[in-house]
Amino acid sequence: MPSKEDLYQKFVEKAGLVSAKVTSIATEDDALKYVINLCDKKEACQLMISGCEADLSDKAEALCDAKQKKVIAAPGLNEDLYKKLAAQAKKAGFECISEGMRDHLAGVDIGFTFAEYGIADTGTLMLDCPGEEMRLATMVSEFHVCVLPKSKIKANTYAVEKMMLTRMKKTPDYLAFITGPSRTADIERVLALGVHGPLELHILILED
Amino acid sequence: MQKANDLKEYREELRETLGNDFLRTTLDNFAIAYRAGRANAFKDMDVRGLIKEIADSKDEAARNADALYREFKENAEAAGIHVHFAKDGDEANRIIAQIAKDANCKKIVKSKSMTAEETLLNHDLEDAGLEVTETDLGEWIIQLRHEGPSHMVMPAIHLSRFQVGDLFTEVTGKEQDSDIEKLVKVARRELRQKYVEADMGITGANFAIAETGSIGLVTNEGNARLVSTLPRVHVALMGIDKLLPTLHDALRILKVLPRNATGQAITSYVTWITGNNECLAAEDGRKEIHYVVLDNGRSELIKDPLFSQVNRCVRCGACANVCPVYRLVGGHKMGHIYIGAIGLILTYFFHGKDKAKNLVQNCINCEACKDVCAGGIDLPRLIKEIHARIQDEDGHPLPSFLLGKMLKNRKLFHTLLRTAKWGQKPVAEKDGFIRHLPMIFSKEHGFRALPTIAETPFRDWWKEKRPRVANPKYRVALFSGCVQDFVYPEQMQAAVDVFAANDVAMEFPEEQSCCGLPVQMMGETKASRDVAVQNLRAFEPEAYDYIVTLCASCAAHLKHNYPKLVMDKPAMKLRADAFAAKIIDYSSFVNDVLKVNAEDFRQTGEKATYHAPCHLCRGLDVHEAPRQLIEKSGMEYVECAEEEVCCGFGGTFSMKFPELSAELLKKKLDNVEATGADTLLTDCPGCIMQLRGGLKRRGSRVQVKHVAEVMSKNKK
Ligand code: SF4
Ligand code: SF4
Repeated sequence: MPSKEDLYQKFVEKAGLVSAKVTSIATEDDALKYVINLCDKKEACQLMISGCEADLSDKAEALCDAKQKKVIAAPGLNEDLYKKLAAQAKKAGFECISEGMRDHLAGVDIGFTFAEYGIADTGTLMLDCPGEEMRLATMVSEFHVCVLPKSKIKANTYAVEKMMLTRMKKTPDYLAFITGPSRTADIERVLALGVHGPLELHILILED
Repeated sequence: MQKANDLKEYREELRETLGNDFLRTTLDNFAIAYRAGRANAFKDMDVRGLIKEIADSKDEAARNADALYREFKENAEAAGIHVHFAKDGDEANRIIAQIAKDANCKKIVKSKSMTAEETLLNHDLEDAGLEVTETDLGEWIIQLRHEGPSHMVMPAIHLSRFQVGDLFTEVTGKEQDSDIEKLVKVARRELRQKYVEADMGITGANFAIAETGSIGLVTNEGNARLVSTLPRVHVALMGIDKLLPTLHDALRILKVLPRNATGQAITSYVTWITGNNECLAAEDGRKEIHYVVLDNGRSELIKDPLFSQVNRCVRCGACANVCPVYRLVGGHKMGHIYIGAIGLILTYFFHGKDKAKNLVQNCINCEACKDVCAGGIDLPRLIKEIHARIQDEDGHPLPSFLLGKMLKNRKLFHTLLRTAKWGQKPVAEKDGFIRHLPMIFSKEHGFRALPTIAETPFRDWWKEKRPRVANPKYRVALFSGCVQDFVYPEQMQAAVDVFAANDVAMEFPEEQSCCGLPVQMMGETKASRDVAVQNLRAFEPEAYDYIVTLCASCAAHLKHNYPKLVMDKPAMKLRADAFAAKIIDYSSFVNDVLKVNAEDFRQTGEKATYHAPCHLCRGLDVHEAPRQLIEKSGMEYVECAEEEVCCGFGGTFSMKFPELSAELLKKKLDNVEATGADTLLTDCPGCIMQLRGGLKRRGSRVQVKHVAEVMSKNKK
């Protein structure tokens, strides 16, 4: 049996190999701080890596124009934590939402979630998101920030099989393995990140 | 998509593709990067064991397909999903169009699905007045270009950034440059708006899990998640080959699929959908989900004793990634919808004989695909079998028919070879090559010189000069194959020399003939079987410890195919099994059985590089023995790039597709010359013929020899 520390090391190594940015944190408050900081440093999408300088067709342009302010989406947080995050976001001048993702399909800056499990041998996060808001937050955000409690790191997918089955049998269910940011190599086999989903994946490993 | 009507048109198309430098370079780079990436991804894993487990579990699933479907349907329906069965592509498309109509859908976003390509779903939906947008970047690009995919995993691998840039300029109505990062971002934002508008999403499924009624989707871009989340209706189209009993079966395949496809340990997203989960765009807050399970000939296929293994395919595309022919001509010429080795097979079953008849001939039988297949499918064998079936239905082309006839009659065949020796006199050069190509060859064959028939065939030499061994350690029978018997007898003589020195008693059963591989390759199954029976009768397996052959192709054919060829005759089958068990290739025999030592050879230290014959390295899984022998026999072995890639001979393949053979040979020889070695060693006379002929035409100083020859020469 690999120790908790071994699994953690392995997870960090593997997640790093697929361009996830991994950071260790001590408390949930650290996670909030991280999100606010990141959102602050990150340029609003109108200016940056999501290609906002590129010319688009008129219709696509219109969709992008719908986004005015930096947005943090954090559906699925417990109430206290969400309140804290919302207060800090407000102070920093960001919009913070826990629902209504469909009104933000032009993109949100940061999607903030908690993972159920981590899978060490591939650096994968397992997120169960039967609720649509949470699912969308992990998909339409430009950066996805995900907290993973250290104790929830398992060796491989077989080790989460039972948990998966329990959920799948209690339908309906929508479960995801997420490994690194969205990627494509469809043009000349050159790797490009963030084609439909997040451009960056930040994993915060919470000591517990 | 493959359109040629006959082989002539097909070759014309192949020639055009060969001129496409961009495609060639991309595929070359990819082939080399892929091999390293895959090896790295499987490091420390028991790949063979895993593939075997997958093969077993998929075979089991195929046997229980009906029950699995019922279980899957029941569980999915209990979870609020509508399940439909479609017997063919048209029916599947009709069902999906009807779902769209009933749910009042107008705009559809799709995530990549080979099955939908197979049924040509987009055409039918568009005819029904629906707007369909592919969201996978590669698929979107080729949709906009009105093309078919050219690779299963990377559908637009044949296009350059400039072509994509021009295309996007057209689509957006704004000037776009050719920077890949930027193009990807443009697609991201153009497509985002399509998701917003769509009322129906269509995906495939990589796994259909019976125990829970769930599907699993494997993607890198994340588009399948958006397609299955945003629109209020979701349709998943899947073949019955996707049915698996348990989640565990799916997780097991997931270990291999991305590793084999792109060398990734896992894709960015793997999505497991069970039941009608939440959808805020639907009136009742629940997604309307339909599974359309497609047969389209699959249930027939899985009943076939030979072809049922096709059901194991997980669509990883690896068989194209390693195929030397695909690497030259790309997917539009190496498949109809499905491409690569599996494409040649599926084309026959899903799209018919006419689409497949040219494609199936374009396989050199190098076995690279079989070696890499995630389901352990014997792809080359199935390709040959289809070739044979098509010929049986359509009639046999004259040359292949005549060759079959001739090989069946050993005496006639050998007499012809002896006569050829006189016929070639006027054009034979002293150096063992023919001066001009004989009339039957056209000028495309000029890329290599052809050897002359030897003065004295091995069998005649043997009668006069066979060595007598006093105290034999082993008794072996020699199998020469036609090329060594009549063209390169010196290779056999060299082997006999080393064997005798190691106390091996030898027999050369005179009734032996051609191994039959050439006719097998031409789809002449009947002739191939007859030749096999002749050879089986010529050898008395019990009388020998081993049956040794210096020809890798003969060895692989005798060992693996003979028992299969005579499967329906129990007595012959027993004999063939005994025979096959005794077959061994030269290098394994000398290195592993005789265990020769370096002390017995003069150490010259000359540089020698090596070419691994397909039928030795993959056909017989022999890798180290010949390389060790090169060192033991006193030479310095220098590794050659892509040592285990086919030289382009492929027997009759090089006659049928000289342009492809020439290209494969060119690559091989470039790599050989780059090593700086003066000697190229290998252990198959067919490869020697190809390599020597090519080097001669180049005027190269590199000498090609059978490993046996240097061993005999350097023996102390
Ligand atoms: S045997 Fe070789 S040439 Fe034929 S399909 Fe497989 S990889 Fe391609
Ligand atoms: S035949 Fe084998 S290698 Fe080819 S796509 Fe199917 S599973 Fe992959």
